[in-house]
Amino acid sequence: MKRSTVLFSLALTFASAGAANAATLDDIKARGSILCGVSGGLAGFAQPDDKGNWTGIDVDFCRALAAAVFNDPTKVKFLPLTAKDRFTALQSREVDLLSRNTTWTSSRDTQLGFNFAGVVYYDAQGFLVRKAAKVSSALELSNTTVCTQSGTTTQLNLADYFRSNNMKYEAVVFNTADEVIKAYESGRCDVFTTDVSQIYAERLKLSKPDDHMILPELISKEPLAPLVRHGDDQWFDIVKWTLFAMLNAEEYDVSQKTLEQRLKSERPDVKRLLGIEGNYGEQLGLTNDWVVRIVRHVGNYGEIFDRNVGEGSRLKIDRGLNKLWNKGGLQYAPPIR
Amino acid sequence: MTDVPVRRERLKASWIFRPGVRSAVIQLLLVGLLVLVGWFIYRTTRQNIITQRIPIGFDFFWIESGFSISQTLIPFSESNTYARAFLVGLLNTLFVSALGVFLATVIGFLVGIGRLSHNWIIARLCGGYVEIIRNLPLLFQILFWYLAVLAALPVPRQSISLFGEVFINNRGILIPKPMFGECIGVVAALAVAGIALSLILATLARRHRIRTGAGMKTWPVALLFVLVAPLFAFFYLKVGVAVDHPVLKGFNFIGGMRVIPEFLALLIALSTYTAGFIAEIVRAGILAVPRGQTEAASALGLRRSSVLRLVVVPQALRVIVPPLTSQYLNLIKNSSLAVSIGYPDLVSVFAGTTLNNTGQAIEILGITMLVYLFISLVISFAMNMYNRRIALKER
Amino acid sequence: MSAAFVRMEPLPPQPAPFAATGMWGWLSRRLFATPGDIAMTIVGFAAFVLIVLPLFRFLVFDAVWTGKDREACVNAAGACWPFVAAKFNQFVYGFYPYEELWRPNLVFAAGMLLLVPLLIPSAPFKRLNAILFFGVYPIAGFVLLTGGNLDPQRFVLGRFIRISDYVDLDAWRGMRATFWIDFAASALLITLAVAIVARIFGTRISASLKAMAVIFLALAILIAPVDADFGLRWVETREWGGLLVTLVVAISGIVAALPIGILLALGRRSEMRLVRWASIAFIEFWRGVPLITVLFFATYMLPLFLPGGANIERLVRALIGVALFSGAYMAEVVRGGLQAVPRHQYESAAALGLGYWKTMGLIVLPQALTNVIPGIVNNFIGLFKDTTLVQIVAILDLLGQVRAAFSDPNWSSPTTLYTGFAFAGIIYFIFCFAMSRYSLFLERRAGTSALRVEGAMR
Repeated sequence: MKRSTVLFSLALTFASAGAANAATLDDIKARGSILCGVSGGLAGFAQPDDKGNWTGIDVDFCRALAAAVFNDPTKVKFLPLTAKDRFTALQSREVDLLSRNTTWTSSRDTQLGFNFAGVVYYDAQGFLVRKAAKVSSALELSNTTVCTQSGTTTQLNLADYFRSNNMKYEAVVFNTADEVIKAYESGRCDVFTTDVSQIYAERLKLSKPDDHMILPELISKEPLAPLVRHGDDQWFDIVKWTLFAMLNAEEYDVSQKTLEQRLKSERPDVKRLLGIEGNYGEQLGLTNDWVVRIVRHVGNYGEIFDRNVGEGSRLKIDRGLNKLWNKGGLQYAPPIR
Repeated sequence: MTDVPVRRERLKASWIFRPGVRSAVIQLLLVGLLVLVGWFIYRTTRQNIITQRIPIGFDFFWIESGFSISQTLIPFSESNTYARAFLVGLLNTLFVSALGVFLATVIGFLVGIGRLSHNWIIARLCGGYVEIIRNLPLLFQILFWYLAVLAALPVPRQSISLFGEVFINNRGILIPKPMFGECIGVVAALAVAGIALSLILATLARRHRIRTGAGMKTWPVALLFVLVAPLFAFFYLKVGVAVDHPVLKGFNFIGGMRVIPEFLALLIALSTYTAGFIAEIVRAGILAVPRGQTEAASALGLRRSSVLRLVVVPQALRVIVPPLTSQYLNLIKNSSLAVSIGYPDLVSVFAGTTLNNTGQAIEILGITMLVYLFISLVISFAMNMYNRRIALKER
Repeated sequence: MSAAFVRMEPLPPQPAPFAATGMWGWLSRRLFATPGDIAMTIVGFAAFVLIVLPLFRFLVFDAVWTGKDREACVNAAGACWPFVAAKFNQFVYGFYPYEELWRPNLVFAAGMLLLVPLLIPSAPFKRLNAILFFGVYPIAGFVLLTGGNLDPQRFVLGRFIRISDYVDLDAWRGMRATFWIDFAASALLITLAVAIVARIFGTRISASLKAMAVIFLALAILIAPVDADFGLRWVETREWGGLLVTLVVAISGIVAALPIGILLALGRRSEMRLVRWASIAFIEFWRGVPLITVLFFATYMLPLFLPGGANIERLVRALIGVALFSGAYMAEVVRGGLQAVPRHQYESAAALGLGYWKTMGLIVLPQALTNVIPGIVNNFIGLFKDTTLVQIVAILDLLGQVRAAFSDPNWSSPTTLYTGFAFAGIIYFIFCFAMSRYSLFLERRAGTSALRVEGAMR
């Protein structure tokens, strides 16, 4: 397989202007892999180990897509992006989708021209402080120094929260999450603020994680969602329904363990989900066994949650809002039919 | 003898070999190429902006910024606009650059002269300083000062205290802030006017000396203008001074003035780094003054201080000023490395946070680059003027 | 009265007084001449002791030399060298695939082998060496590091005719016949067109044919190795990091800057007004803005300037920015060299009937460039140090990798940070110091430096 790069033809002759915007799925199939923009190193969401193997919930979502498209979860390339240049990367077609703990907001959905494909993780912004500071509520944080990351919604939420509660603070802003947690650890700041899931992950980088605690106040809604560019509905549908398929699989108890047995199930909704009945996969532009591929190679939503951030991981985050709707959470997927 | 018919072959050169035609064609081609490239960029950019739905225009300037900035020379809060944030960033850049230029010049001259000292250990120390500073990347030095030195200072509760008034901790240095009464404006205005008057006076005296050869003492009058008059006003108007002491309260100190560590790290690194280069320039400048000049000046009976002031320094400056200009420009441009440690300079506030929140890369980066370009041009212009003034005037 | 005694020969010279000779003399002259001097000596000595001794203790005596993780260094008072050992591969290669490390190693080794004789003025085979280093080495290095096997897609003719409808097969080692037929046909057509134009204007056809042949041959030699499939695995530039990135950015920056700088410098000294103005504007623009904004420009704005779907890898984008930036600085260095070439050289060249390009290429530039080699080396040192800035646009160079390693909880200890800084500092210092000494050596050799002035003065 030859690698085509635009740079090369640019160097040879002046490039022909305005290449047509081909369908993303065709590009992916021609390329043989999905380009997935992820976070550069956030335990539980997307993190490479010393050998460059990626793990995390965002990573597994992209693997599920690769499984659905290619029946091979390894046919995905991960591109670590900073908070700052993730949107540019998606807009300039450097990646096919962003699966990078990105908050779904109206302006990103409309003004920046993206489509959010459903919520992978319901999150909220919180505060991490030292236990030694003896603070029990965020309302006691007046006159503190707060470390936060530039180019995120957290910086703006933080300003809103302190302003609406008439508290004074000093914000110290850094470019990358690593710099922020390092500054907090060195004592430059009293408070570290970001999405709670991320606080859990960053806390692992501290030399004594148990000396720090998360305050009970959650100051924002942060629905973290994968996103694609406007203007390619088919690809948008595939990304959206891959997420829904994983949720539905959990709801119908289709997991990596139970898959073979559930394939024999007589329940019509399970049969539809697993492509034994109907041609819902083909309607998406995939094969009918797409959900089987996803579950076999990657697992259902509950499995990837547990494996990466939940009880089965180092983070041990409570499922909370991310439980299925019928178990008291918010995760609710439209039916496949 | 018969005439040999000489057939003169007319050398017929094509008209394209005429230099005028050639240069016209080449220039036309260049302009054409530039226009073509410009048009290509314009077209693709427009198309990209439309497909990526990037907003264009400068309306974002008047939107509420919604973020706060850790060091502001003018009041700034979340409800201020991006335009004001831009101004805050620009002022922070100019502030750290101005202080940096001053410090770098002082350290640079000291080290440069120190390298020429006949005291062996001083010369070696200054030489070692120059070698080490110049051979390590500036970003390395900034990070070193920020992460390795300033971050290692104690937390606010265990601040290093000097006389119970100045506190040093990893959140910066706190010093008491003088709070003047309401008539301080008058005093300040008097002082400024005094400085201006003394400068005019000095110029006049200098002209007088050049014309007539008779020197005039101006410093007593200058002292009167600069110091005595404002001091008199200060006490006569009963301005009074109160001091706002920094006090530890809860998490942080309240009151006083605080110098944030980001600023300190950047200032130290910028000025020591640039000083390394200035030292070399100064050394070369001094060495470039031939020894005969000094000897001749001594032979004329000038005092040692006068030899330095009237003979050596003016000639050394001629060699020093042009490269010094480019070092000043480098320092200003290098101040943009602030973004790596979170000092809120122009790049960090405007090309960083504002760019992130608005997504308008073209306008914001364009403005940022133009601002630096403008500063560079203004400074090179000013230094060129100065250089012309001190340049050798040959008759 | 007459003189009672007239000495006919001078007195024999007396030895210098004890206080002015030997070690004692040196000491009293250079360290303890005046009371002020004594004070300075004491202060200077104290400063030296206060800086150097703790540094040595930290780096050597108190340092921890072995260990597997942070446990080894938790209580250390000195450097934590096992941390550097554990992260060494990352510091040097970034995340370059472990089993492919022989490729960057080979590139490093080849670079050293070619560079060292190039730097020694007396080493033989200079011309061959230079061709290998500046011509063959970059292409070979590119193929080795990335894996090569790029698809050149279309040449000129291919933009108008879909040749792939007629031929589409691998010719040899992964080179596609489509492209090479396109290339050959386009080359023939363009050469023909040039010949016709030359005929119309009455210039020598053979010269233009020769020129075109050279151009297309060079292009073919450039494209073929990159097009061919050597069976190397593709390693994306985002997997590169550490010293590898530092060197790649610095070296390709300076190599790209040289032709840009020469053209701009010639443009700036051109007699054609528009050419001069354009060059001045270009040079002054890039010299007037900080490198960070240039990198931001390359990262965030460049993609907008390119047609949709054109995505250039992050590192390449940064390289473009660095090349433009250092090209402008290089132009000023080269301009200095051009100005130093005496006027009679130009005049003699004109008297010999040489045209502009021959005058420049054969007479002026060789002299100008030789004169400014120290300047170029100094430029390179600056660029090498400036390479650290790429970490601000999320490309991890040596310093970036070191910094990233600070947040590894497996190695968090009180001295990890200082060890990392010490390691990076030593590496940067060795490179820059060696280069600056080399440039000084060249300056001395050329005898055109400030140092000569200094020597004459003493």
